[in-house]
Amino acid sequence: MELLSGAEMLIRSLKDEGVDTIFGYPGGAVLHIYDALFQQSDITHVLVRHEQAASHMADGYSRSTGRPGVCLATSGPGATNTVTGIATAYMDSIPLVVITGQVQSDWIGDDAFQETDILGVTRPIVKHSFMVTRPEDIPEIVKKAFYIATTGRPGPVLIDVPKDLTSPTESFEYHYPAKVKMRSYSVVTRGHTGQIKKAVELLVSAKRPVIYAGGGVVQGNGAELLTQVVRELGAPCTNTLMGLGGFPGTDKQYVGMLGMHGTYEANMVMHHADVVLAVGARFDDRVTNHVEKFCSGAKIIHIDVDPASISKNIAVDVPIVGAVDLVLKEMLEQVRKTDLVADKDARNEWWKQIDAWRGFHGLRYETNDNGLLKPQQVIESLYKATGGDAIVCSDVGQHQMFAAQYYAFDKPRRWINSGGLGTMGFGLPAAMGCLVGQPDQTVVTVTGEGSIQMCIQELSTCLQYNLPVKIICLNNQALGMVKQWQDMVYQGRHSSSTYEESLPDFVKLTEAYGHVGMKVEKAADLDAAMEECFSLKDRLVFMDITVDPLEHVYPMQIKEGSMRDMWLSKTERT
Amino acid sequence: MRRIISMLLENEPGALSRVVGLFSQRGYNIETLTVAPTNDRTLSRLTLTTSGSDRVIEQITKQLNKLIEVVKLVDLTEGAHVERELLLVKLKATGAQRAEIKRTADIFRGQIVDVTSAVYTVQLTGTSDKLDAFIESVGDASILEVVRTGVSGMARGDKILAL
Repeated sequence: MELLSGAEMLIRSLKDEGVDTIFGYPGGAVLHIYDALFQQSDITHVLVRHEQAASHMADGYSRSTGRPGVCLATSGPGATNTVTGIATAYMDSIPLVVITGQVQSDWIGDDAFQETDILGVTRPIVKHSFMVTRPEDIPEIVKKAFYIATTGRPGPVLIDVPKDLTSPTESFEYHYPAKVKMRSYSVVTRGHTGQIKKAVELLVSAKRPVIYAGGGVVQGNGAELLTQVVRELGAPCTNTLMGLGGFPGTDKQYVGMLGMHGTYEANMVMHHADVVLAVGARFDDRVTNHVEKFCSGAKIIHIDVDPASISKNIAVDVPIVGAVDLVLKEMLEQVRKTDLVADKDARNEWWKQIDAWRGFHGLRYETNDNGLLKPQQVIESLYKATGGDAIVCSDVGQHQMFAAQYYAFDKPRRWINSGGLGTMGFGLPAAMGCLVGQPDQTVVTVTGEGSIQMCIQELSTCLQYNLPVKIICLNNQALGMVKQWQDMVYQGRHSSSTYEESLPDFVKLTEAYGHVGMKVEKAADLDAAMEECFSLKDRLVFMDITVDPLEHVYPMQIKEGSMRDMWLSKTERT
Repeated sequence: MRRIISMLLENEPGALSRVVGLFSQRGYNIETLTVAPTNDRTLSRLTLTTSGSDRVIEQITKQLNKLIEVVKLVDLTEGAHVERELLLVKLKATGAQRAEIKRTADIFRGQIVDVTSAVYTVQLTGTSDKLDAFIESVGDASILEVVRTGVSGMARGDKILAL
């Protein structure tokens, strides 16, 4: 047995858990921990410029690698700065372990310097949290934190560590538990065989089936199995914003993203389906439109690891609680051996109808004659330049929807965005986390001039750690999505959605941070500039691309309507 | 519909606040709440009453079950059960009122547990309805102070909530 201090036990526990990187920022309450970090070489620490970025980086790291992300912040403001990142991860079910320093135990509650009740602040946005009360508990708490964060429906777990418990003056016998057992936490794994059978019967005998797959397929490593199930069933598949890449975006059975800004064909397919198989999706309000009008003619099957997701927003006919990969595996076996045969005529009819919807070209835009770029063109150019195989991290707004619509993701963990919380400022640090986790990949941030300014300080971190993110900034000189709503709902009153000539020169700004800045203003220059950007393999490149400020995202579902009620352009609706 | 949800909770700091926080955070209401350690010192028994549609109650029980510290949970109102609440009420008791209060307390099988020349303190145990009825019959005019424990309960018969 080794004797280690609390701080050393914490770092050693992380190492024993397989952690290779921590994203963080030092401060008074975590100085002992940082000293322990300094004296070892197994774990790399990435010093951010703002703790919000630390939580987003850990999140991006996790989304791209599938391993839990870890971040570390000091007490008080350090801890509160991580809150947006924690909430982002919570909404999208991303496994994070967030370690915060706390003032020394006997000062807690005294309003001490840099004291915040971070457990209280984060209670609604964590899967669980721990306050360390005895240093000898640290290894077990770390073990539990990772276990809880990564199993079942994943999510962020916070560990608050008072400074005195990490003091180098006291040592304890270190032992990292191999396993953890908690009487109050059990994880569902296999789905109910009878329910799966019922689902398979419904699906095979369906005339107009559809598979609607969400982020659970990506997070639950079920993409490959889902693809096989969809192929075996011969049904169309649509992905949610969180699920893009869970089914190949270029597959002929794919009908595009569904929901508020989903494709015409995906929303039409959903509305007219007679059996809907929802996999790792949660019937979010951005998907269903008005819940009472949602797929009213369909039987609904729902596979989810979280029982609370089932029948929360939409009543489900066949609930299947279980890990997505295990359920899909069993489903695939059952589909393969079932005696039931699909009604060929009905299926042919269904595909004919789907092809007719596809032929309607709901996802379209018109280019400008004057050379002013449409944002959609930029995404198409990006797709070409990256061969459709980059990790694309998005911020939040119109650019996010254009990227989701126009970049076809064939693999999971390639599309990374804050779908649930909708966090502006997420894109750049998330991309940095992806690069730290997978340095050999091409990692892109698709952003806007609004979002990028919410975490732009991280350009400095990129220089320090040589993170060559490619930043594709769709600059429309306005908070585009806000402005779109103001156009559509508030008679064009653009309340605080423009900047009145106050935008920085992004090229100079990027250069000031030691990177490469490029400005693109004309459609004719786009492809060449994009090629140049991606040829600079080892450099961070910020492409400030001027796009049409009047462009709206379409299709757009009409509020209070059903899935099929959509605006298709400024003047056309279904 | 009114429900009595009872659970075994890890007897740890912060566990109660997670339960209570869940209700405010998801817009559910808590009507009564009572919590105390059990014979097993590592566990608390928490009982609460709430109301909502079947869909809301299903969500409440699922969300509560998701809390790491909730070890086991039962909706007592799903089956036959015993429920009890304790009421202490301080009443103005002068003149003819003294006898009247004593009579009412007797009818409800309450006990007068403290007496001064002008005040009776009555203790009463029963279902929440019974306590409501007592408060109604003595009338607001004579009530000085009311304290209720909130509902505790158990399933009838062999069913138990234990590890």
